[in-house]
Amino acid sequence: MNGDKSILSILVDNEPGVLSRITGLFSGRGYNIESLSVAETMEPGISRITMITRGDKHIVEQIKKQLNKLINVIKVLDFTEQRHVLRELALIKVHARAESRAEVLRIVDIFRCKIVDSGPDHYTLEVAADEDKLSALLNMLQPMGIKEIARTGSIALVREMH
Amino acid sequence: MELTGAQILWQSLKDEGVDTVFGYPGGAVIDFYDALVQYDINHILVRHEQGAVHAADGYARASGKVGVCMVTSGPGATNTVTGIATAYMDSIPMVVITGQVPTSLIGNDAFQEVDIVGITRPCTKHNYLVKDITRLERIIKEAFYIARSGRPGPVLIDIPKDVTNSRTVYQAIQAVQMESYNPTYHPNTKQLAKVVNLIKEAKKPIIFTGGGVVLSKGAEALTKLAQRTNIPVTGSLMGLGSYPGTDAKLWLGMLGMHGTYRANMAISDADLILAIGVRFDDRVTGKTDEFARKATIVHVDIDPTSIHKNVTVDVPVVGDCRLTLEALNQLLDAEDPAVIGPERTEWLGQIKKWKDTNPLGYNQKDCATIKPQYVIEKLFELTKGDAIISTEVGQNQMWAAQYYHFSKPNQWLTSGGLGTMGYGFPAAIGAQMAFPDKVVVDVAGDGSIQMNIQEMATAVQNKLPVKIVILNNQYLGMVRQWQELFYKKNYSQTDMTHAPDFVKLAEAYGASGFRTEKPDEVESVLKKGLETPGPVIMEFMVSREECVYPMVPAGAPITNMLLV
Ligand SMILES: Cc1ncc(C[n+]2csc(CCOP(=O)(O)OP(=O)(O)O)c2C)c(N)n1
Ligand SMILES: [Mg+2]
Repeated sequence: MNGDKSILSILVDNEPGVLSRITGLFSGRGYNIESLSVAETMEPGISRITMITRGDKHIVEQIKKQLNKLINVIKVLDFTEQRHVLRELALIKVHARAESRAEVLRIVDIFRCKIVDSGPDHYTLEVAADEDKLSALLNMLQPMGIKEIARTGSIALVREMH
Repeated sequence: MELTGAQILWQSLKDEGVDTVFGYPGGAVIDFYDALVQYDINHILVRHEQGAVHAADGYARASGKVGVCMVTSGPGATNTVTGIATAYMDSIPMVVITGQVPTSLIGNDAFQEVDIVGITRPCTKHNYLVKDITRLERIIKEAFYIARSGRPGPVLIDIPKDVTNSRTVYQAIQAVQMESYNPTYHPNTKQLAKVVNLIKEAKKPIIFTGGGVVLSKGAEALTKLAQRTNIPVTGSLMGLGSYPGTDAKLWLGMLGMHGTYRANMAISDADLILAIGVRFDDRVTGKTDEFARKATIVHVDIDPTSIHKNVTVDVPVVGDCRLTLEALNQLLDAEDPAVIGPERTEWLGQIKKWKDTNPLGYNQKDCATIKPQYVIEKLFELTKGDAIISTEVGQNQMWAAQYYHFSKPNQWLTSGGLGTMGYGFPAAIGAQMAFPDKVVVDVAGDGSIQMNIQEMATAVQNKLPVKIVILNNQYLGMVRQWQELFYKKNYSQTDMTHAPDFVKLAEAYGASGFRTEKPDEVESVLKKGLETPGPVIMEFMVSREECVYPMVPAGAPITNMLLV
């Protein structure tokens, strides 16, 4: 689907079925979820869902209103137009044989990754980054051969004004 | 006070003012039925769970109260889905109680287990699975609150058997508040001031009223607004009855696919549309790009998602329709009556011209067979426009909408959004339960009536004098009409010639039945049928290939009408 990317932060009652209400809304109305992550907030019983969706202004407006209409949704925040910090966590298992081990370590250094597991012919990297940085990293690692990758969806918070 | 889950349910229903429940028992709800005898609640035993939901829906539409039904787990629950979706599409307040297998068995594919909460998620306003009896009372309170507040809708509560038969303290909770659910009732006054100015400036204004006006009990305020401003009114199928259909001067008839010529022309030519409690369904707008291009559109609705969904509007007003109309009327009190309500000679004259060139009509005089429209007109006359009319779906529904001139809200029960055949008869049963002394008539097609005819036993058992008028064209007429007009008369699978003898069928159930195929007997059969006590089927053999006109082909602009 085309249109600009929107970052929505949705505060919901932490109840069984809430996530399926939200994903059901998207599938039922043909909206698009690009990424999704869910975890509890500081407040007991309330979770935060960070969602990246795509669509023209009109569709994103509808999405926000439809989300708000769900009984278990407490608040829908749109970070797209606000200054925000956006991060995604990735675990990347990359081939690292003798000839490429040094190169991997150099990249780890440049991108400020952490090595969280290693073996005779692999390293597992942990990195928290925004999407651009993450895809740059993956590009750099491509020649070495990426064995496996696990990524969370993006999470975001608004920057405080000073 | 310690009560069982079953007792808590009935007690809570009593607290909510529920006097009637439509239902059907089964293993998972047997404890509810066991406890029912201790409570003074009327339970109507239907013959199919779909009938229970439609009856609760008809009860709700006619009375304005929350309709309630109860069914067992598994097949009992799945049989309610069409009825729930019907109520959801038309925003009807309803609480559906389903039994569920014991919590310890949930997820095991237990006997008669189905994930009804999952199944009905997209067609309920909200739903609950009660896993803990201490939550039961609060959930029931919330369910009623959600069902009847804001934009109303059906709420389902799924209650496992062990919750039903264990015990907890009953707290008699008075009211609930929910952090995550707070409908906006009061309109923004700045927006209303804009509306007043638009009314003052408009040369060709029109009011477009919908189901939201009926649901919010806003018909009186709407009528006042229209009459003081001298603005003509059209309505969606769901809006019928929210303005007097007998007012020949300002009422234009229904809008849209089978709307009147004058209503479709007027809204297309209007410079101001006051759209109240409508959702701009595609059956109303036709091709949206070409809908009402000359107009400034004001859209009042309690549901923000309705606004800008299908049609982009100029002045959105989120709020309850009645409260908004009342606030608007109050603002207009301060204005010069002559400025807000001029003669509008030119505009109303133009509308009259449209009416005169292409009025709704049919010709019974020169026709040897009965015209279905004639039956409805006679029904209107004989019931003095005062009956509660439910309908099935198809041509019968459209003719009822066109020729029964509804003057009051809650008098017109029809499945608008989902278009559910089989709705009308059980809905009429529900309405009759709410108003035992009113005349309640289901206008039916020969196809639709066969979808829930089993409820005749319910009507007879409960001595409910529901009348059914079957317009028998021996076709799935509306589909046949599309085949005639758009599929080269290929009447594939729409011939219903093979049908039961409806008179004998009525009699087999212990009801009465009358039939005629003669135009000059229409009136006497209607009279006899309406006068006969108990449930009655009146069957009219009508012109088989009569079509509903005007008709806007699907997806065409609404000025593009096929006329008689
Ligand atoms: C449950 C259901 N199935 C199918 C349809 C599609 N449909 C719409 S109108 C219609 C024909 C209805 O026939 P009948 O009840 O005889 O009414 P008529 O149009 O002839 O008045 C059909 C099949 C529907 N609306 N609902
Ligand atoms: Mg028919």
